[in-house]
Amino acid sequence: MDGSFILAHVPDYLSGAWVTLRFGLYGVICAMVLGLLCCLLRYFRIPVLQRIAGGYIELARNTPLLVQLFFLYAGLPRVGIRFSAEACAVIGLTFLGGAYMAEAFRSGLESVDRAQVEAGECIGLTRGQNIRYVIFPQALATAAPALFANVIFLIKETSVFSVLAMMDLMNVADTLRTSGGRTVEVLFMLVVAYLLILLPVSALATLVERRLRYAGFGNQHSV
Amino acid sequence: MSETILEVRDIHKSFDGPGVLRGVSLEIREGEVVVIVGPSGCGKSTLLRCINGLETIDSGEIRLRGEVISGRTRDLHLVRQKIGMVFQSYDLFPHMKVMDNLQLGPVRALGRPKAEVEREALEMLERVGLRDKAQALPRTLSGGQKQRVALVRAMMMHPEILLLDEITAALDPEMVSEVLNVVIDLASGGMTMAIVTHEMRFAEAVADRVLFLEEGVILEEGSPEQFFHEPKTERARRFLQSFTYAARRNRDGIQPKNNPGD
Amino acid sequence: MQDLGISILFKGVNFQRLLMGLWVTLRLALITIGLSGVFGLVFGLLMLSKRKIPKIFCRCWLEIVRFMPQLVLLYIVYFGFARLFGWDLDGETSAVIVFTFWGTAEMGDLIRGALTSIPRHQTESAAALGLTKGRIYLHVLIPQTVRRLLPQAINLSTRIIKTTALVKMINVTEVLKVGQQIIGQFYRQPDAAFWVYFVIFLLYFLVCWPFSLLARHLESHWA
Repeated sequence: MDGSFILAHVPDYLSGAWVTLRFGLYGVICAMVLGLLCCLLRYFRIPVLQRIAGGYIELARNTPLLVQLFFLYAGLPRVGIRFSAEACAVIGLTFLGGAYMAEAFRSGLESVDRAQVEAGECIGLTRGQNIRYVIFPQALATAAPALFANVIFLIKETSVFSVLAMMDLMNVADTLRTSGGRTVEVLFMLVVAYLLILLPVSALATLVERRLRYAGFGNQHSV
Repeated sequence: MSETILEVRDIHKSFDGPGVLRGVSLEIREGEVVVIVGPSGCGKSTLLRCINGLETIDSGEIRLRGEVISGRTRDLHLVRQKIGMVFQSYDLFPHMKVMDNLQLGPVRALGRPKAEVEREALEMLERVGLRDKAQALPRTLSGGQKQRVALVRAMMMHPEILLLDEITAALDPEMVSEVLNVVIDLASGGMTMAIVTHEMRFAEAVADRVLFLEEGVILEEGSPEQFFHEPKTERARRFLQSFTYAARRNRDGIQPKNNPGD
Repeated sequence: MQDLGISILFKGVNFQRLLMGLWVTLRLALITIGLSGVFGLVFGLLMLSKRKIPKIFCRCWLEIVRFMPQLVLLYIVYFGFARLFGWDLDGETSAVIVFTFWGTAEMGDLIRGALTSIPRHQTESAAALGLTKGRIYLHVLIPQTVRRLLPQAINLSTRIIKTTALVKMINVTEVLKVGQQIIGQFYRQPDAAFWVYFVIFLLYFLVCWPFSLLARHLESHWA
């Protein structure tokens, strides 16, 4: 392996990593918001809107991001709806991720014992207070592993942003590969770059999950 | 004569299938402790859940201090602030310390100042012998301790009436009395209560009045002395008998069976 | 020129061409799912083995597929292996290798999870009834494992189907590529791209959705 080649191209990878990380995070944050919204629409059974949320979740979960991006970036402009590549990236990742996040939140909410809901009702909390203080904290704790898994999943999915001609890690590597021919070095740096982005996320996930486990959720019936 | 707190008039309730409650009426006066007993599936728990609005009733009426509380949906939480309830599974909030469990209702639902509530909570914990557990998480407590905290949590709302639904059913036997002593203490303090239990000796000790419920109707009603020692109905007699065991006759006469084929 | 772009899909054999393109990725997915099932069983049992080496080996394998985007793995095999080992693999072979590598680890982890989820006293009480080891497996453990595993395995299969869309990026002529060719032929029809990508989106949905429904049905049915 050629060390000087690697050193010379660290800045390229840094800028690629910045694109991957930045748009990945935008997508993750928007997906969380959209997912929470969809989950709440369904949890409260808001008429019509819960149906729309349900249909959206099915659509997004059962189609590949690559196809979604082609439709957004190359299909929609032909009927007059035009987004920049960056906007397509964030919209696509949000569209895909929102559905996965909604499912993670839902499984969290469903895991909260019915008796907990009733216990909250019995001390006279309103429905909103009950959700805020009793149900949601427990749901979030149960959903945390799935939410973190989704974050990692979404950041990995950003690797197809290169079809939008965005200079993310994947595209940086591909450009260097086709121009320089140093395939092994190029791919090695690509792997390292993704590890450097994803390992801290994973470590954070482990840390948070351990804290939650320490707090003793779902551990309350010793019967 | 003291004031009527709770009035249940001819309530009916059915899930899918036959009625669980088929015309139940009762009155509970201030400071009175009413114990409801009966075989499992007789509708005891459903009765308590209906009073608290956890189940809706099909017909009839429930009044709290003269005010109709059944059939409400909008401000049900205001009704529940006046009715305390404790379940067999404790149902402490696992993500909150004991103190936060106790403060949640008074502070959030009633809007009382936090410092005052905290002072009161510590006093109540002291009374049930758990002052040192104020900062503990529920999972570190034993079943008996959890249930005592659950009782305090309900009492922190200063309810008009306290409903206890088989609160010792999930406990190890040696923890039952520590919980029931708290209940007896509350009763002596003048708390109005409706208690569903399988602990007959406790029922006899704590009750002012006993109701015997079977198949969704009140079959018998009376003082504990009368009910436990001279039940009026055959059904109640049989029910009470199920809590005693026949001795193995004259022990000398019985040979243990030897079954060589086993 | 006034007719809608969707009409081009019904000109000549265009629609059949799209379906054939979809079949390219579906065939890859089916091969991958089959191989992942077989290897995954071995993988899962290795993870449960008491020996340290196979356990660590599987753990590392699993972490690699968790952290590396599938596209990166595809690049490594398709471009990297030619440089590293002189193997000039075609796109489809590379895809089967990569997706099986990924699917095996994921499937193995599901199998491990399903096996360990069965409470220990199930085995003990079956043994207490005097059942032989074989019968314990046949009547007690395997039925419970399958019930837990099958919904998750079906979900993994839909993920594999969606992920095989990535072979577009290593020059395999699949449905998106066919779509681009059709759009190229009908460049005079301005909204052709919209309809072609929309139909591809729907096709993927129609393939994956039934699997999702089945998985959900089994999950609620067996829960």
